Amino acid sequence: MAYKRATREAYGDALLELGREYPDLVVLEADLAKSTTTIKFKEEFPDRFFDCGVAEQNMMAMAAGLATTGKVCYTGSFAMFATGRAFEQIRNIVSYPRLNVKICPTHAGITVGADGASHQTLEDIALMRVIPGMMVIVPADYYEAKKAIKKVAEIEGPVFIRLGKAPVPVLFDDTYEFVPGRAVNLREGSNVTICATGIMVDSSLKAADNLAQQGISVEVINISTIKPLDEGAIIGSASKTGRVIVAEEHSIIGGLGSAVAELLSDKYPVPVTRIGINDLFGRSGGPAELLEYYGLTDEDISQAAKSLLDK
Amino acid sequence: MATPTVDKQATIAYLEAKARSIRWDVIKMIGTAGSGHPGGSLSAADIVATLYFHELDHRPDDPGWPDRDRFVLSKGHAAPVLYAALAESGYFPREDLWTLRKIDSHLQGHPDMRKTPGVEISTGSLGMGFSAAVGMALGLRIDKRQSRVYTLIGDGESQEGIIWEASMFAAQQKLDNIVGVLDYNNMQIDGLVSEIVDIYPATSKWSAFGWHVIEIDGHKIGEILDAFRAARVVKGRPTMIIANTIKGKCVSFMEKAVDFHGKAPTSEEVDRALVEIEALGPLG
Repeated sequence: MAYKRATREAYGDALLELGREYPDLVVLEADLAKSTTTIKFKEEFPDRFFDCGVAEQNMMAMAAGLATTGKVCYTGSFAMFATGRAFEQIRNIVSYPRLNVKICPTHAGITVGADGASHQTLEDIALMRVIPGMMVIVPADYYEAKKAIKKVAEIEGPVFIRLGKAPVPVLFDDTYEFVPGRAVNLREGSNVTICATGIMVDSSLKAADNLAQQGISVEVINISTIKPLDEGAIIGSASKTGRVIVAEEHSIIGGLGSAVAELLSDKYPVPVTRIGINDLFGRSGGPAELLEYYGLTDEDISQAAKSLLDK
Repeated sequence: MATPTVDKQATIAYLEAKARSIRWDVIKMIGTAGSGHPGGSLSAADIVATLYFHELDHRPDDPGWPDRDRFVLSKGHAAPVLYAALAESGYFPREDLWTLRKIDSHLQGHPDMRKTPGVEISTGSLGMGFSAAVGMALGLRIDKRQSRVYTLIGDGESQEGIIWEASMFAAQQKLDNIVGVLDYNNMQIDGLVSEIVDIYPATSKWSAFGWHVIEIDGHKIGEILDAFRAARVVKGRPTMIIANTIKGKCVSFMEKAVDFHGKAPTSEEVDRALVEIEALGPLG
């Protein structure tokens, strides 16, 4: 548990393995090959790597065109620009025709850190989740990221995988099996459910440990596929505990919190507390400082659980 | 597609008849639908006719043939001109044209590759088709296919930044299997392109972006044929054909009429327009 790796590191590593397996796999980057780690693919497969320069919209629409010629196209850049600036390309020319483009940008969320608000996308899950047919994946650690990046090559159609810059605790190992659309119960509990995604999975497990010492039994579900949502897993746990906390490194509007609240209000209404960025822009700072500043620590989750139990 | 004659004058006459037929269908379709974009469909009719009935190597009975040439209508609002050419080529029955924009039709308001046979990629949001066409050219080159990619863009569309992103990329990659055609009718929804945000001088702009540029009269079939032939021998860079055109071409009351960018003719106007087109010569 002690050692950390960034999920972005999984991108370059997974692409190398995919490149050997899939001769039709092409990688497009937008001037961030070192940062996103796609440079690893470039070095081994220079004929299948194309740097589009600082032009994310063109990168995304070209990926659509490449896909029509039978290529499996993985794109780079940072999550802010890939999903924000190129949103309409993703919506209109990738997703509407259901083309085989894998959107795996890095540097998502508040933990981008010192670069500040312009680079800290807290809206990308919302943007991708609202597109019909888009699969949305937020891996919790390096291994889940690597397995997911590799797995989605088998799926025909658009997929968004959200990757991060900062090193985060490694939770799984190379034997981990990623199943798209499946939430994984990491901790059994009976008093409260935590639905967590991305880096908040580790904080949720820590919170569960702390709460256990106080006699509170917490169930922790890793929801790495936000769309399609594993409805059965969430309703099943909510029916057991009757209280749900959702934790994500994203705006509380439109992300996993919204997805879970939408599901439960429709099908199994129970009290829900959303932990995330409270409808704010980010700011410069260290990743840990920022998580504390915006209330995204394991302590914040523990407090939320206790408040929910008091209701 | 093979042209049924080797004589250039006969080829021109054949393609002119096809273009008239396409224009006739465009008017009838949009009139029947009650909405659509006649002006930019008519300005592109000669270019599209030359592509589908002479330049493109394609198989209407096998739309997925991997070695086909591709045509991307980046100015997707001119969908009627594409649909007319596809129907005339045999991708689907001509009667389908009269279902344009209806709830159960495969002919959407803007081209949809998943609904209409022969549509290479879904377009409608301006600029994206051009960029996707560059991606197609790249993919075909990776596979060492001889297929060529043709894409038609509008002049108003050229105000989109992605057009220039893709233009820079295509030149950087030395893609010589793609030909862009600019339908330069100098009109967009809000008025004259030259009075809104001018793209002039388009020729030197694309030239400065590293493209081989050919300027033609986009209504002279002979010039269109020559430009496509010239583009085939250009190596190491993409070609842009600047086709000077007239919006609403061949229908007197639609020519240079901004209103007919996105307005359907009334049934009386349809009748007048069809009579004018028929008077120009035989339909192909």
